[in-house]
Amino acid sequence: MRKRRNDMILIALIGFAAALIALGAYLLRHEGAYVLVTVNGEVYGKYALDTDMQLRVGNDGAYNLLVIESGSAYIREASCRNQLCVHQGRISHEGRSLVCLPNRVVVEIVGGERQEVDAVAG
Amino acid sequence: MKKRLAAGRLAAFGLLVSLAIVLSYVEYLIPFFQPAPGIKPGLANVVVIFALYRLGSAQAAAVSLLRVILMAVLFGNAFALMYSLSGAVLSFGVMLLLKRAGVFSPAGVGAAGGVCHNIGQLLCALVLLETGGLIYYLPVLLLSGTAAGLVTGTVAGVLLKRIQN
Repeated sequence: MRKRRNDMILIALIGFAAALIALGAYLLRHEGAYVLVTVNGEVYGKYALDTDMQLRVGNDGAYNLLVIESGSAYIREASCRNQLCVHQGRISHEGRSLVCLPNRVVVEIVGGERQEVDAVAG
Repeated sequence: MKKRLAAGRLAAFGLLVSLAIVLSYVEYLIPFFQPAPGIKPGLANVVVIFALYRLGSAQAAAVSLLRVILMAVLFGNAFALMYSLSGAVLSFGVMLLLKRAGVFSPAGVGAAGGVCHNIGQLLCALVLLETGGLIYYLPVLLLSGTAAGLVTGTVAGVLLKRIQN
């Protein structure tokens, strides 16, 4: 019975840690400005989040179709078997990412002042 | 007598390795088991925990490592191997320590193992993909790993009680 109780404490601690990290991530989030695409850990390209576009990353055999639309990014199509990156949905906050492990493609939202903000501020 | 015992243990060991591979393969075949990246039940963990309690740490470690290596050779690639290996090594190390500590039941050991498997894989992804963004995914992985490990650990606990030698 003592072991059962210890199990519960362990699980509660993990749950608490998860909640804490999630809360921290939620409180610290802010809108990103650019979409950074890396393949194999190397920078593939950087695109403004406020400009709608479509981008095919990779070749015919292994590709991810990235869509930037009304301030958020998502992957519409992927060549891989599991389609996990497609199901990861839309991202727009800084630090959030879409990852395709089979093609080793990472789409990450990064910060930096947006052009228009600069123009208004200046 | 001693020789017979060794043969019996070896047979049990071989059986557990193949069972672990079959469970991994079933999980790999059925997309239902992987609703999102990094989230899956880790059925083979049942076998690893069973081996840890029944056969001892060295053979359990061998079951875990052989499963990972054979799965990568059969169905994966070098990258898949690195992910599985980092998850399996961290997970096994922590489960071994917790089991030795003797204050948790197999369910608790399994839960810790499940979490550590996910943490190991996430760390590996952080290094390989060189992106910090994945940290946002950590809470989800912590919870899913705990849940999965709790289930596999509980099943292993029941099996340990029901299967005597």
